[in-house]
Amino acid sequence: MRLIERFFKEPRWGVHPDDHKRPAADVPLRMLPQPARVHMPLQQHVGGAARPVVLVGQKVLKGQLLAQSQGNISAPIHASVSGTVTAIAEVTAPHPSGLGFAAITIESDFADRWIDTDPVADPFALAPEEIARRTAAAGVVGLGGATFPAAVKFVLGRRLGVRTLIVNGGECEPYVSSDDRIMRDFPEQVVDGARIIMHAIGADESLVGIEDNKPEAIAAMTKAAAAFPEVKIRPVPARYPMGSDKQLIQTLTGKEVPADARAAEVGVLVHNVSTCAAVHKAIRLGQPLVERIVTINGAAVTAPGNLFAPLGTLVDELLAFCGLAQAPARLILGGPMMGTLLRHGRVPLVKGASGILAFDAVEAAVPEVGPCIRCGSCTRACPMGLLPLEMAAHIRSGDLDGAVGYSLSDCISCGCCAYVCPSHIPLVQYFSHAKGELSARERAKLRTEAGKRLAEARLARLERDAREKAEVAARRKAERAAVKARVPAPQPQPQEAST
Amino acid sequence: MTRPVEMPVAAPYAATPNSVSRVMIIVMVALTPATLFGFWLYGWPAIYLWMITVGAAAGGEALCLQLRGRAVAPVLLDGSAVLTGWLLALSLPPWAPWWIGVFGGLFATVLGKQVFGGLGQNLFNPAMVARVALLISFPVHMTAWVAPLPIVAAAAPGPIAGLLITLKGMQPAFDAVASASLLGFAKTELSRGIDLAQSLLHAPIQGWYGSRAGSLGETATWLIAAGGVAMIFLRTITWHIPLAMLLGIAVPAAILNAIDPARYMEASTHLLSGGAMLGAFFIATDYVTSPNTRRGQLVFGAGCGVLTYVIRTWAGYPEGVAFAVLLMNSLTPVIDSYIRPRIYGRNRQGVALEPGR
Repeated sequence: MRLIERFFKEPRWGVHPDDHKRPAADVPLRMLPQPARVHMPLQQHVGGAARPVVLVGQKVLKGQLLAQSQGNISAPIHASVSGTVTAIAEVTAPHPSGLGFAAITIESDFADRWIDTDPVADPFALAPEEIARRTAAAGVVGLGGATFPAAVKFVLGRRLGVRTLIVNGGECEPYVSSDDRIMRDFPEQVVDGARIIMHAIGADESLVGIEDNKPEAIAAMTKAAAAFPEVKIRPVPARYPMGSDKQLIQTLTGKEVPADARAAEVGVLVHNVSTCAAVHKAIRLGQPLVERIVTINGAAVTAPGNLFAPLGTLVDELLAFCGLAQAPARLILGGPMMGTLLRHGRVPLVKGASGILAFDAVEAAVPEVGPCIRCGSCTRACPMGLLPLEMAAHIRSGDLDGAVGYSLSDCISCGCCAYVCPSHIPLVQYFSHAKGELSARERAKLRTEAGKRLAEARLARLERDAREKAEVAARRKAERAAVKARVPAPQPQPQEAST
Repeated sequence: MTRPVEMPVAAPYAATPNSVSRVMIIVMVALTPATLFGFWLYGWPAIYLWMITVGAAAGGEALCLQLRGRAVAPVLLDGSAVLTGWLLALSLPPWAPWWIGVFGGLFATVLGKQVFGGLGQNLFNPAMVARVALLISFPVHMTAWVAPLPIVAAAAPGPIAGLLITLKGMQPAFDAVASASLLGFAKTELSRGIDLAQSLLHAPIQGWYGSRAGSLGETATWLIAAGGVAMIFLRTITWHIPLAMLLGIAVPAAILNAIDPARYMEASTHLLSGGAMLGAFFIATDYVTSPNTRRGQLVFGAGCGVLTYVIRTWAGYPEGVAFAVLLMNSLTPVIDSYIRPRIYGRNRQGVALEPGR
């Protein structure tokens, strides 16, 4: 029976990797002790980096604004501990390049003193615009990993008349359980946050999609939402990438987001469960986003589990708290399917970090790459309906336009194809490479066009100058000629007999 | 505390436990019951021929890898060359002489596969390329069928006599067992103007469990189908190609048989004869040479089936699976180019959907 179900009921896309979520997901949430120092990066979100508004040496309270947002799509940064600003300088970014980015360093005074917050007793009495404003001011961004400023989506959703809020509790990445934990431990916060977002965008229902491998979270959320019929808990099959917006929307509503369009255009908006909880805190408590739950997992970790930690804490400190059985053979920020490789643990915890994984040598082993046998596993796994093997073949031979012809731009880099490949071909690497090349090419084209425009403008200007000069010269010549014609050739003037 | 790690490529940092060798091993395991049945049915010569063919295919692969300066062992261990030789052996007359196996095995991996660049690069199914080359080059040896003579039977050749048959060709002592396959017999009789109603009365016996004249591994129809279905459940192959191919044979056969039973054999006879099952489950489903979308596979499978039927019924050869598969192999790139999956958020033409609500 199970076999038959497995055969017919599963979505036709995606993969089913070992989830490795337990036992870490079942360990009660632990609080990280106050770190001595935090580094708050100015860029923890999609969009413009925040601009510092504090000075080195200044004393700050927890929750105090450190850097304000810049531009339409940006988010402010707040202090995650109380203490003294000791530096505004570069720290290593959570990126495989290991390059630096600007961050504000705060030395903690261990007092954990909050700023005066401005709690709202009844958010539903506030104007939707005010909720968006407060959410933006609290620096809330998408905590599922996309880190898109949440308030920008509220405004967009309201403008496009979104009716359905989808709350993403999919958490399909293996190893990671921070969303699971927030749903188990703070389901009221999630449900309340979802209702506040519904109010902000004017939606009349919210569908909470939770993968059915999280029965405890489903039970807790069902209980928390019992009083609110507009919040519907919807278990979905555990299948990677169920937590991807497009796939979750399709599974819950049957709607498909058109290519090159936004979800709001089909009347839905997706927010992660942790984002909902952050919105709840931002509105009800007036607390900006300065802490988050992060999963510490992987075979190199002695006591894996979820930590409640201030943003800006170094990854090394998080790992040290959980204990390392051995030096990790690989360090990943996020999940193993779409996460980012870290070169070392001296990088700060950022808003979008749902998990820190320290793999041992077995987990980190990279299988030998073989030739493509055209088995089509990648084609069946691709949740977007692409042909990864064809795209990779074109990219391999340098034919990027060929890959674009196979709709490379629709690839969501979920990694299903590379995961499922029996020859272990690093397909996502090919696609990332091609996307990078294409955008570089696009930039170069724009630059060339700009240069061409400038050159043409210069040429036109020179021509115009020359023409104008010639015209002026001609005019002068004509004038002189006219003068000459009017005035007969100067005759020797009769000498004025005067003297 | 944490030390720098060596830089691998982009995510994902997790991989399927599946691998090319696992796929090949599953296919071989699925083939084993039918193969053992073939050994039992046709005795020692069949066992020797199988070993020689598999050995020649693996040897050809090794030789090419050596010439190309590649590491031989890891590639041979992926099992694809052995599987190619195995499939070829199953499609040969069980008492064929040793050089048929050697020539076929070498042809399959050297000219059918390695000259294209090795695994994954060949356009045509290597086993079928070799089989067709043998059939065209040595038509007599390739159609010299024997009646089943189970290995335990008193009249069956023992290990030594069997070896002599494989090395020196069919021995006079065993000449009595020479036979014809049903498809070949019916075709010959039809060409002599004897219709099926009469010829089938004294046709070679079709044992329901596969005890009849035919290629080494193709008569055990039910065992082959069972192995194929097992592969479908293990998700090594999908049902699309086998079902489409069998329907491609059965549907025209049923229609024509209903119209003129004296000229056209029954659909069930077609399905259970020759290499239909072996072709549908094991040959046409070869990953490398078949389309990689579900709908493409349906077209491909149906094409293989219909062409098999057409060749069997109207062409010069009594059996057409190998030709049909090769012809459809050549169409695989065309099918893949025209039949693509619908992309999420786009229609079949690749145009973005309208944002309807």
